[in-house]
Amino acid sequence: MTTLKTTLLALAATTALTGLAIPAQAEDSVFVPLFTYRTGPFAGSGIFIADGMHDYLTMLNERDGGIGGVKIAVEECETGYDTKKGLECYEAVKPKGPVMVNPWSTGITLPLIPRAPVDKIPVLSMAYGLSASAQGDTFPWIFNPPDTYWDGFSQIIKFIASQEGGLDKLKGKKIGYIYLDAGYGREPLPFLDQLSKELGFEAKLYPVPAAEMQNQSAQWLNVRRDRPDYMIMYGWGAMQPTAIKEAVKTNYPRDKFISIWWPSEDDAKGAGDGSKGFKTLNWHAATADFPVIKDIQKYVVDKGKSQSPKEKIGTVLYNRGVYNSMLIAEAIRTAQEVTGKKVVTGEDVRRGLEDLNLDAARLKAIGMEGFTGPIKLSCSDHNGHRPTFVQQWDGTKYVKISDWIEPLSDKVEPLLQADAKAYAEKNAPWPARTEACDARS
Amino acid sequence: MFYREAGQYKTTYQADMSIFPILQDRMGLALIITAALLLPLFAGEFMIASVMVPFLILALAAIGLNILTGYTGLVSLGTGAFMGVGAYACYKLSTAFPAINILVWIVVSGFVSCSVGVLFGLPSLRIKGFYLAVATLAAQFFLQWCFVRIPWLYNYNPSGAIEVPSRTLFGLHVTGASATPTTRYYIALAIVVGITWIVSNLVHGRVGRSFMAVRDMDIAAQLIGIRLLRTKLLAFAVSSFITGVAGAMMVFLWLGAAEADAFNINQSFILLFMVIIGGLGSLIGSFFGAALIYIMPIIVRTAPESFGLTIGAATVEHLTYLITGALIIFFLIVEPLGLARLWQIGKQKLRVWPFPY
Repeated sequence: MTTLKTTLLALAATTALTGLAIPAQAEDSVFVPLFTYRTGPFAGSGIFIADGMHDYLTMLNERDGGIGGVKIAVEECETGYDTKKGLECYEAVKPKGPVMVNPWSTGITLPLIPRAPVDKIPVLSMAYGLSASAQGDTFPWIFNPPDTYWDGFSQIIKFIASQEGGLDKLKGKKIGYIYLDAGYGREPLPFLDQLSKELGFEAKLYPVPAAEMQNQSAQWLNVRRDRPDYMIMYGWGAMQPTAIKEAVKTNYPRDKFISIWWPSEDDAKGAGDGSKGFKTLNWHAATADFPVIKDIQKYVVDKGKSQSPKEKIGTVLYNRGVYNSMLIAEAIRTAQEVTGKKVVTGEDVRRGLEDLNLDAARLKAIGMEGFTGPIKLSCSDHNGHRPTFVQQWDGTKYVKISDWIEPLSDKVEPLLQADAKAYAEKNAPWPARTEACDARS
Repeated sequence: MFYREAGQYKTTYQADMSIFPILQDRMGLALIITAALLLPLFAGEFMIASVMVPFLILALAAIGLNILTGYTGLVSLGTGAFMGVGAYACYKLSTAFPAINILVWIVVSGFVSCSVGVLFGLPSLRIKGFYLAVATLAAQFFLQWCFVRIPWLYNYNPSGAIEVPSRTLFGLHVTGASATPTTRYYIALAIVVGITWIVSNLVHGRVGRSFMAVRDMDIAAQLIGIRLLRTKLLAFAVSSFITGVAGAMMVFLWLGAAEADAFNINQSFILLFMVIIGGLGSLIGSFFGAALIYIMPIIVRTAPESFGLTIGAATVEHLTYLITGALIIFFLIVEPLGLARLWQIGKQKLRVWPFPY
């Protein structure tokens, strides 16, 4: 009997759980889930991004009543930067008909890549995820604007070359590469290898295992011994402030230390005054002096609808969240234009992303003039490969110190092509692209 | 009273030794299996894909660890890594020989994990208790290092992750993005039920008894003629076989792609918690443990929404941690021997009700 009773109980619980079916999506809104991480080991970066993304979309709802007269139904799902939880979030939001997902973790992006065409939900992995997914012909449903990690790497190398007086001057130089020893940090390795052969510089590798992000003394001991002319960093989470602190401790010249675009103000602040001179790549402003941020302050923050502390608005990662949400909103708007529908679906937004064309006029219209550069995607190019600039930490904020630097596309493009082809072969049978191309432009 | 077994006579030795000697137990088991089979008819996709499939796979891994820790008394902190061995083996095998059915490779990858497990089980003859836990911890770190550092294991993917190719069985997609949750659920269910059945026979037989003898007092076990090395290694072999299969299932039937980080030390700890809270040395306890640790946070997370409350995603997450943690402490205080023991007490009480004994 007991077994029977418990079974019944279990069944009841099961049905109760299934009964938690999510309320149907309102007719006049588009559903945009935001996968965020305000908890866990990467919350230090994740909170600002989450706030930026959330506040921009809320601002559109408050100021314009949504996009094209349609409200945006924003919902956060907490992933904790954990792949399993991220997939759970994905399954949880799927029945509600999301128009796109932003995984905000390479680990969560990878399993979603094959699912996107099946579920008809485009994936926007902004400047992270699988670099090869820039190839729209192989990955029609995945978008990773505005740059891949290989683009970023080539831009750092170009910046170093400009300091030295030309790419040919790199010959005989020593360039150290300190990276998170995971898929993300190792991705540039073949490219680094190729560049070092072509340009004749010596590459020194300093991998940092994920478990030892906060203890890099061994790596920096080697840095002190090798004395590289420049250091490049691909880090995330706690690895970044630790690396900067260690650079200060070992007295490695901070102005020769250049990171990819992920360090925040807090990462640099952690090392105190010593971190002055530290450089990172970026593609958007790191201040609040733009109409779009002012509107966020007026319509969202002042009304108490933001979770963000006031002083964090306009910081690097907050603005990156804003940029990400701007891409979401513009993709939805473009989809509305292309299809003539108001309430768009994931399939429409995929077209909207491919037709995305943010020129200077459009950026001005949305209050982002000077905030970032124009970007245009196409059916074959899901990335844009936009130029970035170098910003330097002056002790209180990041200051733009270089012009826009174009990536070495002639070197990156063949790698992307080869990689996309290899991915399709390894995951055979990989579906061939059947989605028609609008070719609006 | 609820559970009357009067009139059920055992007339053969076989009946006396059966695992479920009471008719009601057998009926209950049949009911549970029928319910599990019918579940996809009623449950939504989220329920199947994000609750049931992970639950089954984690329960299987917990059973694997339970063989080692619960039945043989060897504490292991390397479960996550052994799952990883299974996953990477299955990935290598299925990409190298795509023509052979994926289900075959899922089982075969268990054997790969099994041999690695035996290798790391060798020190268990000399060291015990906490010291063995530390030795298995070394296995965890070493294997995870291998997953990151040996590019051959992930076919030199620039992403460093293993990605699950699409594979079919009788024309149905079993793995990959096109596989429906229901298919994956039935496959997982079949494997889990099958292995649980085999293990239940194993632990009730001579081998299982020798495991338990070693657990209870290894010197005494030696004196009654149990060869320690062989028994301990066998426990490691069976345990890592099962965790290896669970690991392969985790990547192929649940996640769809995995980085080495999916098999980190946390995974090992969570499985150990499942075994301890579920009940050491109990198969049903492994299922209870997996349910408590994996499903309960999901219920806690979705509960406020179903009552129409809107709480911030991060707050929900913090609440989930708080409530889950509190419940774990509660269960450990109420019944330190685990949920399986609680289940047993409950059964006994209902059996003699309304009398206290």
